[in-house]
Amino acid sequence: MYEAKEIDYAVPGRLLLEGADLSVRPGRVTALIGPNGAGKSTLLKVLAGELRPRRGRVLVDGRDITALGPARLAQRRAVLPQDVQVAFPFTVAEVAAIGLPPGERAPSRIAEALERVDLAGFRDRPYAALSGGEQQRVQIARALTQLASCAGPGYLLLDEPTSSLDLSHQLMVVDLARQVAREGGGVAAVLHDLNLAAMIADEIVALKNGQIAARGTPAEVLTDAIVADLYAVTARIGSAPPSGPFLLPQAMTRA
Amino acid sequence: MEARTGRTARERRARLGLLACAALALVATLASLAVGPVTIPVEHVLAILWRAVGGSAAGAEIGLRETVVVLDIRLPRTLLGLMVGAATATAGAVMQGIFRNPLADPGLIGVSSGAALAAVLWIVLAAPLAAALPLALGSFGLPASAFAGALMVTMVLHVVATRDGRTSVATLLFAGIAFGAMAGAGTGIMLFVASDQQLRDFTFWTFGSLGGATWAKLTAAAPFVLVLLALAPPLARALDALALGEAAAFHVGIDVERVKRLAIAGVAAGAGAAVAAAGVIGFVGLVVPHLLRLLIGPGHRLLLPASALAGGALLLGADLVARTIAAPAELPLGIVTAAIGAPFFLWLLLRRRAELFG
Repeated sequence: MYEAKEIDYAVPGRLLLEGADLSVRPGRVTALIGPNGAGKSTLLKVLAGELRPRRGRVLVDGRDITALGPARLAQRRAVLPQDVQVAFPFTVAEVAAIGLPPGERAPSRIAEALERVDLAGFRDRPYAALSGGEQQRVQIARALTQLASCAGPGYLLLDEPTSSLDLSHQLMVVDLARQVAREGGGVAAVLHDLNLAAMIADEIVALKNGQIAARGTPAEVLTDAIVADLYAVTARIGSAPPSGPFLLPQAMTRA
Repeated sequence: MEARTGRTARERRARLGLLACAALALVATLASLAVGPVTIPVEHVLAILWRAVGGSAAGAEIGLRETVVVLDIRLPRTLLGLMVGAATATAGAVMQGIFRNPLADPGLIGVSSGAALAAVLWIVLAAPLAAALPLALGSFGLPASAFAGALMVTMVLHVVATRDGRTSVATLLFAGIAFGAMAGAGTGIMLFVASDQQLRDFTFWTFGSLGGATWAKLTAAAPFVLVLLALAPPLARALDALALGEAAAFHVGIDVERVKRLAIAGVAAGAGAAVAAAGVIGFVGLVVPHLLRLLIGPGHRLLLPASALAGGALLLGADLVARTIAAPAELPLGIVTAAIGAPFFLWLLLRRRAELFG
C-alpha cells in the first residue's frame, strides 16, 4: 500500500493541504476529484515525494519515502506529471527511454510502451514536433516503461492524464489504468472529468479547500449533494446500472 | 540480440559522429604539432613522439632542432589546447544540461569572466603568499582560485535565474552579462594596478591565448580538467532526465540537488582551469555542443565525450589559425573563436527566437 498520512502542506501564507489522507492500494484505481485549487495535484506531488509536507508521512509498502531516497523510490512508483516540456531535441523513443532504469537499454520495451499509447510509428519523430495530446501520450509511455521495470507491481501516479487527449485516447487511459490494476499495481489519478473518474475508479477521493471532503465508491461519492457541495453547481446525477453514475452537463447549472 | 537489432539509424549515426570527433581531434593534434614557422613533416612528428616515449630510434634521421620544436614548444601547447578545448566544450554541454538551455555557455554568462577575475586577483594580491608556498603547491593556486571564481558565479547565477526548477533564459543571460561586465571591470582595475611582471597583458585574460604554454602550466591545470572529465560521464543519464524538468527527473530516480552540486563543481573546475591556463576563450562551449546535438542528437552519453573531443579539435584548429594567419605575429585565440562563434550565436538566437523568448 502507498499511503499519505495526515498531510499538512503549506506555501507562505496559505495552507494547501490540511490533515489529508490518501491510500493507494495494489489492484485498485483511486481517482482524486475536486474543484480548482482544492489540493488534488499538491496531494499527488506529496505522494510522489516531489513536495515535502510540513506535517505527516508518506509510506510506500510500510517504508517512509524520505528514507528510501529518489533512486529506490523510482523502483516503486512511476509518475505522470502535468505539462512536461522537453529542453533538447530528443526523439519520442529517447523520451520514453528516460523511464528505463540506469544502464538499461531495452528497445523492445520502449516499442511496446509506445504501442500501448497508440504511438507505434512515432519512435524516431522529434518530440517537439508532436501535438499536445501526442506529447502527453509519450509521457504516459515513459511512465509505463518505468512502471514495467519496478520491483514487483508498482504504483502509478497520474496528474490529469487526459487533459490534452481526445475522446478515444481518454478511454485508452481508462483501459491502461484498469489494466495496471488488474496486474496488481496501484493507480492514483487526478481527474477533472467526473464521468471518467466514475469509469476508471474503484474509489473516489474528493478534496475541497485542502481537506478530504468525501471518499468512497463512485456511487457513494458522485451524488447530487456531494457534487453540489464540491463544485457549487446543482446537478442531477444519472445512473446506468452496469457502469454506475454519470453526469450530463445539460443537467447542471451553476448555483 | 535485442541491443544489436534495436539500434536505430540515429544511434548508428551518433556512434559514427563520435568516431569522427575522435578522428578530428587526432588530425588537429598532428596538424598542431606539424605546422608553424618551421613546418615539420607528419612522419617526423610521429617518429619524434615515438622516440620520446622510448620507442626505437630506427628510421629517418631527424635533426635536434625539429625534436626540440615538437617536444618542447609545440607539444605542451597542443596538449594545453586539447585540454582547454575539451574542458570548455564539456563544461558548456554540462551547464546547458543543468540549466536546460542551449545558451548556457560559461563564456557567455560570465562564469569565465569570474574565473579570470579570481585568477588575476590571485596573481596580483596573493603573489607574496604564493612565493612563500612551496613551488608545487603555489602553481595550483592559480587554477584553484579561478575555480573558486567560476564556482561563485555559477552558484549565484543558478540562484538568480532558476525558480521552481525552471531557468529563465532572459534572467540568465542578463545576469550573466552583468556578472561578466562586473568581473571584466574588476579584472581591468587589477591589471591597471599590477606590475608588468605580474601579468603579461590584458589581451591574454580577455581574449585568451595558448601562447606561453609550459609543462608546469599543463600539470597545474590538468587535475581540475580531469575532475570535470571524470564527473561528466556518470551524470549523462541525469542530464537526459533533467531535460524533462527537475520534477520529472526526480520521478525517474535522480537525486536532482546532488546532481546539480556535482555538475556545478565540475563545470567550475573545468572552466576555471581553462581560464587560468589560457584566458577567456569564448563560444567554444556554445558552438561545439550545439552542432553536436544536430549531428548526433542530444543524448548526453555520447554528447559529453564527443564535446570533449570536438572541443579540443576546434580549439587547436582556431589556435592554428591564430598563430599562422598573421605570422610571425600571433592573433589572440579568443578573437578567432569569437569570429567563428559570435555569428553562430546570432544565427542560433534568430533560429530559436520564438521558443526562447516567446
